[in-house]
Amino acid sequence: MNNPQLTVLLPALPEIVLACGAMLLLMLGVFRGERSTGMVNVLALVLLIAVGALICRLPPGKLSAFGGSFVVDDFARFLKLLTLIGSVGAILLSLDYMRTQKQQKFEYAILIALSTTGMMLLISAADLIALYLGLELMSLALYVVAASNRDNIRSTEAGLKYFVLGALSSGMLLYGASLIYGFTGTVSFAGIAKAAGQGTGLGLIFGLVFLFAGFCFKISAVPFHMWTPDVYEGAPTPVTAFFAAAPKVAGIAIFVRATIVAFPGIVHQWQQIVVFVAIASMVLGAFAAIGQRNIKRLMAYSSIGHMGFALVGLAGGTTEGVQGVLIYMAIYVAMTLGAFAAILAMRRSEGMFEEVDELAGLSRSNPALAFFFAMLLFSLAGIPPLAGFFAKYYVFLAAIKAGLFTLAVVGVLASVVGAYYYLLIIKIMYFDEPAKGFERMPMSLKFVLAAAGLINMLFFVYPGPLLDAAASAAKSLF
Amino acid sequence: MIVAAIFFYLFAGVCVASAFMVIAAKNPVHSVLFLILAFVNAAGLFVLLGAEFLAMILIVVYVGAVAVLFLFVVMMLDVDFAELRQGFLQYLPVGAVVGMIFLAELLLVVGGWTIGANVSIAAPIPAMDKVSNTEALGLVLYTKYVFFFQTAGLILLVAMIGAIVLTLQHRVRVRRQDIGEQVARTPATSVELRHVRSGQGLQDSNPQGGAS
Repeated sequence: MNNPQLTVLLPALPEIVLACGAMLLLMLGVFRGERSTGMVNVLALVLLIAVGALICRLPPGKLSAFGGSFVVDDFARFLKLLTLIGSVGAILLSLDYMRTQKQQKFEYAILIALSTTGMMLLISAADLIALYLGLELMSLALYVVAASNRDNIRSTEAGLKYFVLGALSSGMLLYGASLIYGFTGTVSFAGIAKAAGQGTGLGLIFGLVFLFAGFCFKISAVPFHMWTPDVYEGAPTPVTAFFAAAPKVAGIAIFVRATIVAFPGIVHQWQQIVVFVAIASMVLGAFAAIGQRNIKRLMAYSSIGHMGFALVGLAGGTTEGVQGVLIYMAIYVAMTLGAFAAILAMRRSEGMFEEVDELAGLSRSNPALAFFFAMLLFSLAGIPPLAGFFAKYYVFLAAIKAGLFTLAVVGVLASVVGAYYYLLIIKIMYFDEPAKGFERMPMSLKFVLAAAGLINMLFFVYPGPLLDAAASAAKSLF
Repeated sequence: MIVAAIFFYLFAGVCVASAFMVIAAKNPVHSVLFLILAFVNAAGLFVLLGAEFLAMILIVVYVGAVAVLFLFVVMMLDVDFAELRQGFLQYLPVGAVVGMIFLAELLLVVGGWTIGANVSIAAPIPAMDKVSNTEALGLVLYTKYVFFFQTAGLILLVAMIGAIVLTLQHRVRVRRQDIGEQVARTPATSVELRHVRSGQGLQDSNPQGGAS
């Protein structure tokens, strides 16, 4: 990298490595056929981890490339690492599932890697064109993996539904972007902020609303959440775990970056929208999950609720709020991956099970699994001293400091309601008559479950590194 | 200028007429062919406006890809278009009313269109008489916008992988022609001489036949 022509590409080096690596793996898979699936999976894991190391090795401070449309700051570094963790987790969770379900395809890991490239481009996007291209690269690969079990009608339905609604939301986002471009004359976030500071036209607000509609769809926030339960239920379970973790991180990232960087002058206008979306998501996530018997649908409503909690941090528009969002997303990814590792362990010789009642008496047939799952559910409910409590604590603290008392109160009440269905699962696991036990867990699931469970239980002992990283990441945005 | 005007009316007239024929033709294949004619004439209109790049894109994308795809679908699917058109006359009045309202609205909007006094219309950079459209795009596409260009390429790659993943099926028992194998056949591998006893017929040891 001594060549001055190449050093300008340095900020984008992790993305370039990831994209080229994914294409190399594609070649490998095409020429060696289905036999290479195991090798492609392992190499994809190595590739994702290597890209994570590259991100840590980038020079510090704010870097930008391609005429300012691609920026790497601490905010981007933090969220990119989080996304990579989500993708690594998704591949780990899929290893055993795909083998036992006879769905092994080498393209799966490659599509995950390409989707992750899109997420990283999205996280670094600093103008509307880069935003849209990153979003499409991420989503297009997601549509394909949702339908990857194409002989199953529910998986096909999930893929088709996700694709059609995703195309609709992309259309709304593009319409909003074109309005914003029309009323400010620029696509770069910094330029939009400058133009918006000189006076807000109604057209700009109009465009902002459509832009937010597109973001809300991607993070499945109310009122654009309708696709979530069906897609989560229909897609193969490791794919659902991937949907619940990595794309949410990227979606929240661009939501935060676009609102904080591009629209700092019109906080009051977008604050109303974010507050409404946060309240609606939290309340719907809490109440709609109560009646669900399918655990994947339940996790879908749970993730809708969690996106509401994360947006509580953004609503204030302050540094502390953004820090809260980042902490929330980090802990959310850990909890989600752990919970899905437990869901993937619900397998008997007849096949996979997805009903909540199948967990009955798990504490006697598999005490370790039951204990870790229970801890993750307590954490999702936000019970101290588990990590989920601190995640909620920081976002509510930021909301109160920003004067949004109603939002904080509604959030706390919604988390109390939400605790009901998490506790119900724990009650089924510990106090109901035992059902037939599950098969032994494979090593990869044990690893993900134990890692996520330990992070959740021991976070309060040593929270420093995550808090510091989130604080410096949040500061880099303002 | 008179030549340009003649060509404008020629292209516009053929375009409108063929657009009408798209919905009026009985045979769906004719409809698609009229659609292609409409596209080509629209491209001609773009050339008259000095937007030669748009004209090329219209031909390459719409005629070369989209319309041909339509044609494939129309020819390969067994859709009874006569049946689909059953309610055509029945819905005609409603459709005509909606179309008229739409036309009236358009005329009102465009008729009342004035550009504000102090608004300057953005001029192309660089000026039109210095470089052509295509050249101006080429100047920035691979330099200033190389990031977007490459990302768009990645998106297309994902679309291609997706199409293959979701549709390609490796069937096990498909008989494919293997020219190498056919050429490599010798009498020793493909001809079998058997002694058939009279009254007993052939005791077939290979029920698949000898032509494997």
